[in-house]
Amino acid sequence: MADDTLLAARGLSRRFGAVQALDNVDAELWPGEVLAIVGESGSGKTTLLDVLSGRLRPDRGVAWYRDPAGALHDVHAMPEPMLRALHRSDWGFVRQNPRDALRLGVTAGGNVGERLMAQGARHYGRIRDTAQDWLERVEIDASRMDDLPRTFSGGMLQRLQIARTLVTHPRLVFMDEPTGGLDVSVQARLLDLIRTLVANLHIAVVLVTHDLSVARLLAHRIMVMQRGCVVESGLTDQVLDDPHHPYTQLLVSSVLQA
Amino acid sequence: MTAMLTAERLRKTFVLHLQGGTSIPVLDGVSFSVAAGECLALSGPSGAGKSTLLRMLYGNYRADGGHIWLRHDGADLDIASAEPRAVLAVRARTLGYVSQFLRVVPRVPAIGIVAEAGGGDRAAAADLLHRLNIPTRLHSLPPATFSGGEQQRVNLARGFIAARPVLLLDEPTASLDAENRDIVIGMIREAKARGTAIVGIFHDAAVRDAVADRLYPVTPLQDPHDRDHSDQRAAGAAR
Repeated sequence: MADDTLLAARGLSRRFGAVQALDNVDAELWPGEVLAIVGESGSGKTTLLDVLSGRLRPDRGVAWYRDPAGALHDVHAMPEPMLRALHRSDWGFVRQNPRDALRLGVTAGGNVGERLMAQGARHYGRIRDTAQDWLERVEIDASRMDDLPRTFSGGMLQRLQIARTLVTHPRLVFMDEPTGGLDVSVQARLLDLIRTLVANLHIAVVLVTHDLSVARLLAHRIMVMQRGCVVESGLTDQVLDDPHHPYTQLLVSSVLQA
Repeated sequence: MTAMLTAERLRKTFVLHLQGGTSIPVLDGVSFSVAAGECLALSGPSGAGKSTLLRMLYGNYRADGGHIWLRHDGADLDIASAEPRAVLAVRARTLGYVSQFLRVVPRVPAIGIVAEAGGGDRAAAADLLHRLNIPTRLHSLPPATFSGGEQQRVNLARGFIAARPVLLLDEPTASLDAENRDIVIGMIREAKARGTAIVGIFHDAAVRDAVADRLYPVTPLQDPHDRDHSDQRAAGAAR
């Protein structure tokens, strides 16, 4: 791998019973790069995300992460506390359902501040200021800071999850269908926010989505998966405008034009 | 003169897997070179593959054979075989492309779209939008609801603000009235005077005569009665 690769994987395979969820997958990610993994349900994209982020072990293959000091770490050979520390600081994970990631009994400000405290921040006033700043960045009114997330709409909850994830300035964020299940107008706002924040903060993202327009808007590169294999990959606009593989042609031609 | 962009024996065939693997050859043996300050116009009938060629030069469509040498950061780089990262760097610094239609990003206002392409310079973006007769009251609105001509002018502002050394223009005046067309002709001439190398498709003969130094004829490869297939390529291509 090149000297500045942030994340690299070689030959990842994973089987669930009779199903080959991942079949010999290679992947690479540069700092600040957004990589979309697209494909239909059951194509293996979420399995790939889970394996790359160390949440799931591959049967074969290896994934490396390069830390800020330049040292390489085998994601699946890392001691558990180190992986957890990574997920609290350098890495972030945005799930489709924000309720799986947020603490619903803790205020909005608390949800954001908690991740800072997990990193060792102790000064209450500063944590509160940072949390408020992040709520504003994701367009949540400061007056809602002390409200519980259960009073928030779906779109607000997702924006809160993004604030909670980005507050520690991660270098790498894994996103699993971050706009899935939201109304289109809410989706547009969220996509614009993600696009702007990720570019301004130079965050690398592995984005799983089945929505090609989300991939087009956010991703520099795209990987198309079918039955656990990567069937086509390249520049996002190249793959979507000039698809070569039969499965990619099928996916692209199945999108309704608005 | 230094060649800024050189096409060498380019070949392109679309294979339509959803239609039984039908193979549609569109381009073969395309070779030309464009120098700094020069404008090359692609000519030929509708469906001959001019837009396909322009998209290949931008790295949007992949070439099946040949090379696209681009002068980038002082060296020649082959777009046809470059890594995705290199193509993105080329687009960020060297190669601009003005398509016929604006692909709008939800919520981003016209001025934001233009400023983003120009390194965040909102004053320059506003100037260019004014020059293209987009009034101030429209600058803060997302262009989704603009007319076709207004969208095309926002697209032109985005393409011209960054002053890249090589510029690709696909029908830049297709939806414009005479007044705005003349403004765009002026902008193209200024870009050439700055040394920008341009490859363009101009159906409007008056525009072509006003800006082009040379013509490159793109000829259909197939039987004329088969030609309409080239518009039905794999899908997705249509916008």
